[in-house]
Amino acid sequence: MASRDYMHRLPDSHGGLSRPASLSRRWHIDIPLLLLLMLLSGVGLTVLYSAAGGEVHYVRRQAVFLALAFVAMLVAAQVPLDMYRRWSPWLYVGGCGLLVAVLFIGVGAKGAQRWLEIGGFRFQPSEALKLAVPLSVAAFLHSRPVPPSFLTVLGAMAIVAVPAALIVRQPDLGTAILIAASGLFALYLAGLSWKMIGGALVALVAAAWPIWEWGLRDYQRQRILTLFNPDADRLGAGWNIFQSKAAIGSGGLYGKGYMQGTQSQLDFLPESHTDFIIAVLGEEWGLRGALLLLALYLLIVARGIYISFVAQDVFGRLLAGSITLTFFVYVFVNIGMVTGLLPVVGVPLPLVSHGGTSVVTLMAGFGILMAIGTERRRVSF
Amino acid sequence: MHDLHFKDHLTEQRLFHNRMLVALVGVAMLLGVLVARLYNLQVVNYDDYRTQSDENRIQVRPVAPTRGLIYDRNGALLADNRPSYTLAIVHERVRNMDATLELLGQLVRLEDSDVQKFRKRLQRRRPFEPIPLRFRLSEDEIARISVNEFRLPGVSVEAELVRYYPLTDLFAHSVGYVGRISERDLAQFSEEDVRRYSGTQSIGKVGLERSYEDLLLGEVGYENVETNARGRVLRVLERHDPRPGAELTLHLDARLQKVATEALGDNRGAVVAIDVNTGGVLAFVSKPSFDPNLFVTGISFNDYRALSDSLDVPLFNRALQGQYPPGSTLKPMMGLGGLADGVITAETTIKDPGFYRLPNDTRRYRDWKRWGHGDKVDLIQALTESCDVYFYDMAHKWNIDRMHDIANRFGLGAKTGIDLPVERPGLFPSRAWKRGARGLPWFPGDSLNAVLGQGFVLATPLQLAVMTATMANRGTHYKPQVVMAVDGVEQPPEILHHVEARPEHWKLVFEGMESVVNSIHGTGKKAGAGLDFRVAGKSGTAQVVGIAQGERYDSEALKERHRDHALFVAFAPVDDPQIAVAVLVENGEGGGAVAAPVARELFFDWMSRPMENTVRAAEADDEGVSRG
Repeated sequence: MASRDYMHRLPDSHGGLSRPASLSRRWHIDIPLLLLLMLLSGVGLTVLYSAAGGEVHYVRRQAVFLALAFVAMLVAAQVPLDMYRRWSPWLYVGGCGLLVAVLFIGVGAKGAQRWLEIGGFRFQPSEALKLAVPLSVAAFLHSRPVPPSFLTVLGAMAIVAVPAALIVRQPDLGTAILIAASGLFALYLAGLSWKMIGGALVALVAAAWPIWEWGLRDYQRQRILTLFNPDADRLGAGWNIFQSKAAIGSGGLYGKGYMQGTQSQLDFLPESHTDFIIAVLGEEWGLRGALLLLALYLLIVARGIYISFVAQDVFGRLLAGSITLTFFVYVFVNIGMVTGLLPVVGVPLPLVSHGGTSVVTLMAGFGILMAIGTERRRVSF
Repeated sequence: MHDLHFKDHLTEQRLFHNRMLVALVGVAMLLGVLVARLYNLQVVNYDDYRTQSDENRIQVRPVAPTRGLIYDRNGALLADNRPSYTLAIVHERVRNMDATLELLGQLVRLEDSDVQKFRKRLQRRRPFEPIPLRFRLSEDEIARISVNEFRLPGVSVEAELVRYYPLTDLFAHSVGYVGRISERDLAQFSEEDVRRYSGTQSIGKVGLERSYEDLLLGEVGYENVETNARGRVLRVLERHDPRPGAELTLHLDARLQKVATEALGDNRGAVVAIDVNTGGVLAFVSKPSFDPNLFVTGISFNDYRALSDSLDVPLFNRALQGQYPPGSTLKPMMGLGGLADGVITAETTIKDPGFYRLPNDTRRYRDWKRWGHGDKVDLIQALTESCDVYFYDMAHKWNIDRMHDIANRFGLGAKTGIDLPVERPGLFPSRAWKRGARGLPWFPGDSLNAVLGQGFVLATPLQLAVMTATMANRGTHYKPQVVMAVDGVEQPPEILHHVEARPEHWKLVFEGMESVVNSIHGTGKKAGAGLDFRVAGKSGTAQVVGIAQGERYDSEALKERHRDHALFVAFAPVDDPQIAVAVLVENGEGGGAVAAPVARELFFDWMSRPMENTVRAAEADDEGVSRG
């Protein structure tokens, strides 16, 4: 404990020059990551203002959420990693319990039952699992030898499968896949053997037909069909994709100008301020703007990977890697879906799409990342 | 242990790094996919998507042209376009349609039929289109709606230009009216019509509005408008203005029309006045008339029933479609024909005992005057007193086909070709016609009937006016025309026939017709009473042959409707004829007594205007007419 106090006190004695470092150390803040996230949030609010047709309402709401999210990030960054590791099973069990509750007493819209309502306050328990699953898998793998044994892999798979199955039942396939991915990333980074990965892929391909036939609901099948033939049903299922592609494509290299996108401003683009917001950016800012946004995401991912490289233990590494890669998957799935590469699964564009709880979860995740990155080195050489 | 842990730690770390590097490659590849996709959309296929997005938002909307205005010869407005206010509802913006309709019912007059029609339209139109609920809102109703606007989301009052006939019933039978384009109209539309009428709600149904439809309509314009996804128009990007319809200036004279209408009093009948020198129609009256404005945006059931059920058949255009036996009004024309064909001369006289008998026939053809017109009746006297026997004798010596030919040249027995739709041709018989139509040979008695404008002979008041005008300008038969100028371009008069006769023949017949008006024995003295110029005319009486025996007719009305029709044709001034008039008074009995005074009123009005100042004088009177 003494050495820890020393680490805390040491930079102070160096005076003004190293104050940022001291700030970051004392408050467990990763300055580059913080700056990148703030920049991204700023871009997000700017695009949102246009996507909402110049209505301040959405921007103000989102700003409040972002403020809350940054607070959540700061709080999450202060929690020692040990505590995360020890609490992760409880978080996991609690989260799964809430998911079970959703199945019975959940409320919802558009045929999906995803929310719990307690005292007029609504929240989505699946959000908690976005953190609980990587935490639990990383914690589970932390104390076991690497590369993981077959039993360990089965155990990790079970940790992933329970909440994923519960979320599929809601149904919310997109979230289930992302949550499963976050757990599987941890497993992969822990050294899951290539044979097993290959075998799983083969099994997945083999299972494709039965899944298509019995595993999917009609609207889900329709979304996949639409992906391959978006023009077949322009006014029905293909409408969203048709309009988002037209929006992005018509933006060209330089875009139509901020607030000048006809697709978004004239309401041709559905869900323009939530899941499809990248289409607004693509239309108004062109390829130039879209590449800048991608670069921003890439920098955040790069910083996340850096943090995972400097993490102190298996838990930290796996967790940081999983959070970072999952973040990238969000970006890829969202942009892939809006540009017509992937089926429409309802994944928001991180920190740009309007929406409350997901932003808070996301930033809490970055808080954990910062906690990992700023953890004092325990092993010295 | 520590070493092992350390080694494990290193192995683990290396493994992690390897895995992360592989993941990084994956991230890079997936990023590459996204970039490639964006490049494909925004650069490679940019043009396609640009077009797609433009097609999305830009829509072509027709802009209806303004219908051409119609003026009388002096510039008095007969057909105007006025804004009319329509109550419309946009379905998608109404939360509770029943409640909205109920509230509207308290604010404006809403009949059940309005609501029913609205609900029908509701099912067919798109949800963002304003669907009309009621037309012709009053100022009060507009005010009540705007006060309650906040309670009525989706309810709007829309202005549209609709036809308005400021002189109401005065020109209903000549200018006619427009109405909403009906299913039947649509069924007859060609593809070109569909294009031309896109955006237009009305089409000419009756009268000039129908016959000049093509010119009055104009050419539809277009605008490219930007709409949002719900089809609401946000702004106009580009506009090709419509070309308004042609302006029509008529020969008709609003003041003369009013004089003629008033001169008919409460009688049913028709008056047609023609400009002798051009064939231009100066007055065209069919009485009773109706308010054409009722039809413009769709006549109500009750209004229509009142008009169509009326015994007086106000919708019937007597001047154009009423075919009456012209009676003695044909005598001047027949006399001229007889002279021209050498059947009679100025010196020809007959003895009139009050009847005429064909050789080898016992049947007596009566003169209207039981004791006859005397022993030595010549043409002048025969015209003055309307002696029937003189013309019986002439007809017997003449030839029906020659009579038919003369009548044709004067405009009888065939459509006059006036620029009004649905004209009736009347009838002047010939041998060929009788054989064809009745399968019978021509009997000598038929000629006696024909020469007196009875039997088979039928003529419209318009035809009688054309005949009289042809007489007045000594044989030049102009096609009657209502429209004088289209967009200021004068329509040249058109000569259809020329009746050949020697000057002394015309003079003689003129003398006879003048004597009708001026002689002490004349049957048409009232046509010239108190005028400082000379009038030539001829009276006539048409027997009412059959009338539908409706049970609802009370005996008094029935009796009245069995009376003869009174006719009078005349022109003036005799020295330099300007205006020819035909007057029909249904069940008026005496042509000279009832119809001639009507003609006099027209002459008095028309000739009292200094000719070179016609326009100015009429302009000064326009206000009086419009206030009417």
